[in-house]
Amino acid sequence: MAAAGAAATHLEVARGKRAALFFAAVAIVLGLPLWWKTTETYRASLPYSQISGLNALQLRLMVPVTVVFTRESVPLDDQEKLPFTVVHEREIPLKYKMKIKCRFQKAYRRALDHEEEALSSGSVQEAEAMLDEPQEQAEGSLTVYVISEHSSLLPQDMMSYIGPKRTAVVRGIMHREAFNIIGRRIVQVAQAMSLTEDVLAAALADHLPEDKWSAEKRRPLKSSLGYEITFSLLNPDPKSHDVYWDIEGAVRRYVQPFLNALGAAGNFSVDSQILYYAMLGVNPRFDSASSSYYLDMHSLPHVINPVESRLGSSAASLYPVLNFLLYVPELAHSPLYIQDKDGAPVATNAFHSPRWGGIMVIVTLRRPQSPCFWDRLLFGIAQPQLPPKCLLSGPTSEGLMTWELDRLLWARSVENLATATTTLTSLAQLLGKISNIVIKDDVASEVYKAVAAVQKSAEELASGHLASAFVASQEAVTSSELAFFDPSLLHLLYFPDDQKFAIYIPLFLPMAVPILLSLVKIFLETRKSWRKPEKTD
Amino acid sequence: MAAAMPLALLVLLLLGPGGWCLAEPPRDSLREELVITPLPSGDVAATFQFRTRWDSELQREGVSHYRLFPKALGQLISKYSLRELHLSFTQGFWRTRYWGPPFLQAPSVWINLGRSSVMSSQGSSAPLSTSSTPPTQSLPLPPSNPWVWPMTLTTTFCAMLCCRGRWSAPKTSPPGRSSCPVVPRASLISFHLLQAGLSVLLKADRLFHTSYHSQAVHIRPVCRNARCTSISWELRQTLSVVFDAFITGQGKKDWSLFRMFSRTLTEPCPLASESRVYVDITTYNQDNETLEVHPPPTTTYQDVILGTRKTYAIYDLLDTAMINNSRNLNIQLKWKRPPENEAPPVPFLHAQRYVSGYGLQKGELSTLLYNTHPYRAFPVLLLDTVPWYLRLYVHTLTITSKGKENKPSYIHYQPAQDRLQPHLLEMLIQLPANSVTKVSIQFERALLKWTEYTPDPNHGFYVSPSVLSALVPSMVAAKPVDWEESPLFNSLFPVSDGSNYFVRLYTEPLLVNLPTPDFSMPYNVICLTCTVVAVCYGSFYNLLTRTFHIEEPRTGGLAKRLANLIRRARGVPPL
Repeated sequence: MAAAGAAATHLEVARGKRAALFFAAVAIVLGLPLWWKTTETYRASLPYSQISGLNALQLRLMVPVTVVFTRESVPLDDQEKLPFTVVHEREIPLKYKMKIKCRFQKAYRRALDHEEEALSSGSVQEAEAMLDEPQEQAEGSLTVYVISEHSSLLPQDMMSYIGPKRTAVVRGIMHREAFNIIGRRIVQVAQAMSLTEDVLAAALADHLPEDKWSAEKRRPLKSSLGYEITFSLLNPDPKSHDVYWDIEGAVRRYVQPFLNALGAAGNFSVDSQILYYAMLGVNPRFDSASSSYYLDMHSLPHVINPVESRLGSSAASLYPVLNFLLYVPELAHSPLYIQDKDGAPVATNAFHSPRWGGIMVIVTLRRPQSPCFWDRLLFGIAQPQLPPKCLLSGPTSEGLMTWELDRLLWARSVENLATATTTLTSLAQLLGKISNIVIKDDVASEVYKAVAAVQKSAEELASGHLASAFVASQEAVTSSELAFFDPSLLHLLYFPDDQKFAIYIPLFLPMAVPILLSLVKIFLETRKSWRKPEKTD
Repeated sequence: MAAAMPLALLVLLLLGPGGWCLAEPPRDSLREELVITPLPSGDVAATFQFRTRWDSELQREGVSHYRLFPKALGQLISKYSLRELHLSFTQGFWRTRYWGPPFLQAPSVWINLGRSSVMSSQGSSAPLSTSSTPPTQSLPLPPSNPWVWPMTLTTTFCAMLCCRGRWSAPKTSPPGRSSCPVVPRASLISFHLLQAGLSVLLKADRLFHTSYHSQAVHIRPVCRNARCTSISWELRQTLSVVFDAFITGQGKKDWSLFRMFSRTLTEPCPLASESRVYVDITTYNQDNETLEVHPPPTTTYQDVILGTRKTYAIYDLLDTAMINNSRNLNIQLKWKRPPENEAPPVPFLHAQRYVSGYGLQKGELSTLLYNTHPYRAFPVLLLDTVPWYLRLYVHTLTITSKGKENKPSYIHYQPAQDRLQPHLLEMLIQLPANSVTKVSIQFERALLKWTEYTPDPNHGFYVSPSVLSALVPSMVAAKPVDWEESPLFNSLFPVSDGSNYFVRLYTEPLLVNLPTPDFSMPYNVICLTCTVVAVCYGSFYNLLTRTFHIEEPRTGGLAKRLANLIRRARGVPPL
């Protein structure tokens, strides 16, 4: 009876043990995955490896240069070798993770008949006019004409000439190493016309360490799809003088041609306003010697803020705004000068603020005036660094040379690529770090688009197609920022852990404790039963 | 900040009055005006109006050049091809019953984007003739994203606007407008006004110490000439305040500019082509003994305003003699004999609105429309936008006047869509003479999702006021006004003929309580469910895993011993 009872108890205990183990198994095999699956935040897959690959992206910027030799430019036996192609590659040293290489692909060929004819004409301008007609050159490409050493096309002391379009003229040489010497000159000219170190450094100013590049490099506006240009006339004293400006005519005559020429770099919109009772933030000092008023150079930073609140936010677009302000001083404060550090009045009586715009102060209103203020540097068009003995053609009617636009597009493409890469990298980092962020499919698709656009743009740059590379780089920036600033990323971000525990504990604690306890008990008993037989032995 | 800059542009700057041939005259003009009206109740209403008129086709010019017209608003109009924009911010309520009809009443927050209808300079509302102007393109509004609009306006006006749902467009008058159901509470807009002329009086701490305060911006196109071949844009910035002169003046109803605004007028605005102060001295004319204005006005203006004949004293700031005498102008009004507290004349049309019913499920919206005209009936257009979370039962719509059912001659009803658009109810009701008409409709309160409640849901939800538009018969026949010549307060609405005048009234905004859940409820439910599940699971677990043995009966035990004691006492054999 007792044995039977013990056997029954033993059976019962074994059954209980099995039941406890089964519970634990179900909880672990079924319950945990179910819970994990149902409470998971949705995270679409992202091309993390490709994004980290972008960081080590090597940019090859290829500038296709067509070099045209006229008859007497190089020795005859050298001419026999034409046509052929030379590639000149050079790494641009920048303290930036992206390696940038410049490739000048020089296709040497002989001049055609009409080119010979044009280049034998009397002056450069005539030659240009004749050369201009036949074919339209692709964006980013250059044509260099090599003329004979003693040609009268250029002034005798000048070695090269840079035209307003995508053409340049270089003087040839009769020398055994003619191709090498000319090749060096051509690269110099081509660099001035397309890519130099400082242009790229200015484009990447935001991504480079601060100390290396001065504030001057940060002057141009950041790359954007469009820009708004606002001209404001500030009249703090309408009681004394009612000022009127012919801004419409000025915009039509001077600004619009420039912006039309610059149209490839973005959308520009121009508007103007007159602000009355808009004061500067600083009281001008009186200089009794010249009985005039002046603004100190160090007080200029305080001028802008109070004015800015009056300029008004733009309701219509989100593009960066370039402000050009014309300040007509109050009658009591005129004439008004801006003094530089040494106390001498600044010749232009104007100053600018990087990435914001410029302010010009009218000295006095005694006569009708034609103040001029316009800053090409704000648009990112830097002064070219000319090689020695180089002649630069005069300004064009638009105020912008075609190769300057190309240079801007090169710089902007590189800047866009750098921005897009940085955005994508930080997005990937952020998403990796915070696991609460939901990644929706449309965000993921924007990321894929951006990555593809970066790669496409890099390819196009490497094959020398500037226009399509620029468009692709803009796409990359747009998509990457769309992904980065998507509001859906924030949905579950602020769901704190204590709330999660507060919800889970009422269920998990009562369920987990018996399971764990019985598991511990089973474990202990098993260990005991294993040890017992050893002891009896 | 380098001071040198490369220069490549010339901008011609010409001095205006000096006369080096203006390239073209400025095409915009500014008129400013202040109307001070002593109200029958002893309060003083001051209405500022700043009107900028710009002769420019705002929507069709590529490059925009602004002078007096603010650039931000102009860009708004041209970017979204708006036809009209009306935006008002009000604190307090204009009590039509006691204060008389206002020049221009405004609800607490109201955005209105008009579509067609150009105010012609002759006063009548005339649509643009398609022959002289390009065909008007289809309206890009309402925008697909309901947030775009409030956002842009918010940045422009520094105001908190919150638009729920889509824009709705009433079918009839005001012609083709779409208005936005806005949460009828908002903070302040900042006026970008000039710091001269009448605007020196605008001092914030005084203006907000008033019983009624309403700022508004109205932008609309007006006809440039009689045939309306071209249009100009008109921007009116208005500010109406009602000062409680009776209390601040220690029981006297006298007032002066200085006492109300703590400022006086010192100079006209140099940019304004007209800068005037009008003071309502209607009672002055009837009996010279009642009141006195100082300085004595040089001219007066008489016209029929809102159906009654009024007299105004005019102070023209551009008149050099006006300010030069004393360097500043402090208009004062003194009552020689305190006006007897007669009941103020009741306006012919006024309205009231309330919510009735009890509980949190059903309720009734009632609007009372009063026509106090002794013998003339007139039609009223009633426009109601009711948010979707009050589900209207249209079959319960009853309109009764003088105990009889009043059948509206026109009804347009657009049902609400949840979370998308509000109910829109428009009715043309004939109000019989000397009657009260009650319009009532029942509704059920909807349950919102718990994320849709405002941060203070127990405060209730605002329901925007009904809008009443009517041509009210006037006592005196009015002459048609000349649009450009008449004072601004008289040219707000066109007068079609002299026998009646146009009035637009807004009723009170309503505050409706919705059934508000306990917001800790989800957590409580989770906790409770989890606990129930845990208890069930626990007993189930116990049942399955415990081993049961048969316990050998033990001698002893406290209970048994006690039971045996009792048994023994009772003489029953122990256990």
